[in-house]
Amino acid sequence: MTELGTLHAPLQVEFDYTRSLGPTLSGFMTGLKRRQILGGVLSDGTVAVPPPEYDGTTFAPITELRPVADVGVVQSWAWVPEPVAGQPLDKPFAFAQIVLDGADKALLHAVAVDSAADIQTGMRVRAVWADEPVGAITDIRWFEAEGDSPATTPGPEGDAIEGIISPVKLAYDYAASPEESKFFRGLADGKLIGQRCPVCEKVYVPPRGACPVDGVPTTDEVEVADHGTITTFCIVNVPFTGQQIPIPYVSAYVLLDGADIAFLHLILGIDAADVRMGLRVKAVWKPRDEWGTTIANISHFEPTGEPDADYETYKVHL
Amino acid sequence: MTRDVAIVGFSQRQMKEFDGSPTCVELLVPIFQELWEQTGWTKTDIGFWCSGSSDYLAGRAFSFVSAVDAIGALPPVMESHVEMDAAWALYEAWVKIQTGLVDSALVYGFGKSSAGVLRRVLSLQMDPYTVTPLWADAVSLAAIQARAGLESGAFDESQMADVVARSMTDAASNDSAIRKGATTADDVLAQPLYADPLRRWDCAPVSDGASAMIITAADAPGFDKLKGNKAWITGFEHRVEPGALNSRDLKVSESTKSAGAAAGVDGVDLAELHAPFSHQELILKDALGLGDDVRINPSGGALTANPMFTAGLNRIGEAARQVWAGDSQRALAHATSGPALQQNLVLTMEARA
Ligand SMILES: [Zn+2]
Repeated sequence: MTELGTLHAPLQVEFDYTRSLGPTLSGFMTGLKRRQILGGVLSDGTVAVPPPEYDGTTFAPITELRPVADVGVVQSWAWVPEPVAGQPLDKPFAFAQIVLDGADKALLHAVAVDSAADIQTGMRVRAVWADEPVGAITDIRWFEAEGDSPATTPGPEGDAIEGIISPVKLAYDYAASPEESKFFRGLADGKLIGQRCPVCEKVYVPPRGACPVDGVPTTDEVEVADHGTITTFCIVNVPFTGQQIPIPYVSAYVLLDGADIAFLHLILGIDAADVRMGLRVKAVWKPRDEWGTTIANISHFEPTGEPDADYETYKVHL
Repeated sequence: MTRDVAIVGFSQRQMKEFDGSPTCVELLVPIFQELWEQTGWTKTDIGFWCSGSSDYLAGRAFSFVSAVDAIGALPPVMESHVEMDAAWALYEAWVKIQTGLVDSALVYGFGKSSAGVLRRVLSLQMDPYTVTPLWADAVSLAAIQARAGLESGAFDESQMADVVARSMTDAASNDSAIRKGATTADDVLAQPLYADPLRRWDCAPVSDGASAMIITAADAPGFDKLKGNKAWITGFEHRVEPGALNSRDLKVSESTKSAGAAAGVDGVDLAELHAPFSHQELILKDALGLGDDVRINPSGGALTANPMFTAGLNRIGEAARQVWAGDSQRALAHATSGPALQQNLVLTMEARA
């Protein structure tokens, strides 16, 4: 038999973090919205951009912010030959530590140059601003060679910036374990494949990389029924972002006949108030032409109409 | 008062791409099995379990919880997790043993870097207000650090090439290494620059892997039935530097220096240094004050395989193996975490008759 590799699928993780700002960073971000860069005055009189919230020596809060220029000198730099998603430029560029005129400690930002030969330590650079600053570090789009470009026009005074939203978008190649891969391939054939632990002989659906009792991989394949018993459940009444099913709905653990561990699915075809422990349910499969290697092949579970299972039959699986 | 604690078991897997789940449960099961064979112990001899990993690496929430399956954690075990290299999980375990709460621990780490774009994912370790929104990647930050060192004269290109050549040559006999083989400094310098001033070989390869280690107090029940040799821990410290890059002098490693001073580096004949970039080994060597008579990274080090969240523990394990084999009387191991050597840990160990 040919040994198939594990199943892979692209996975996108996205979340917009809403971050509140303390007084120091609030001042810094508010400055950026006005196209003004503010440095923090440290206890030794030096100026750091971005301003730290606390002084590194005295640990006192940084309270004095001082305007610095949006032109400065490259202190150290790195060539970025293969930019990654989200970076300030989508063609090769440099990241640099830039000491702005009036500051002592460097700001990390991008420098737009055509090649590594066009940048060196000591080079003077000028900020290129976004057309409509919002109060974020990305209001400075990048820096470029100072040249003869005109001085920056300050933006209008606006309300203080007290929070920022930092979007995080990550892309992965997600792999299932070998045992999970067999389960998902089984679903594409309309089968529910569990695997038995060789030590305790419990049948896990979906199978696991290791039996949590014995710490060994589950091995023997076992096909289990697509009907079973609700062992426990919850009624979802809380709306949340991305919710696809109208509330209230029931999410339940179903102990499939032949399995030793219950698995989670959606219960429909019955009023949420009537769902109970011991209720016998069966899988409702989507039309065959919609199947893939996914648990979504089963649309939901619904009551079979059989009498409820006796508590004794599932009490050890709770 | 300090309890005497020894490293008694170590096992690892490192690879370019692991074709399996992000929790690496499949990798951990045989690694744990090797530990039982090495030590003669079973899981009932372990008082505490601690892991190092990160959900961001593979995009799976609570990945360390799923990994616990590999232990066989029923009945329940005492377990903890750090969002750091497993070397820090080892520190937590060592402290727990020092408190007297437990007598032994199994520490493990896992990371599947190949699932995403590693240098980009690591941007999330940065200041989320002023740095992460630029997606300042880990390779660029290391390159900025390297240039600061090069242009200040702290080290030069040929020293960096020597580090690469020695690492790849030493790794030739290491089954776990990914990038390896006899290499000269001239071979290295003949490669084009990648993230100027770094060449690709100056940067650790993206690696997947898992590793695990057992440590125990000398007065632990079951100590007498332990098989194999012991590497006795003589010092263990870690230090952190400010998160803000502009608060640090990137050319030096103050945190390594103070961790090394606290752990006691005198008399070491071997050092396994966790340097994912060639110039970082030079910075670390200087911070620790290691002489040229100290053998550095005979395993090949992180430049030949750098599985995230285990590469630091691997340094400790590789150093312990040298002590077990009688090839080192007193060894130092170092682990790093965070951008441009932000956090550093130093452990010293010795052989005893
Ligand atoms: Zn079992």
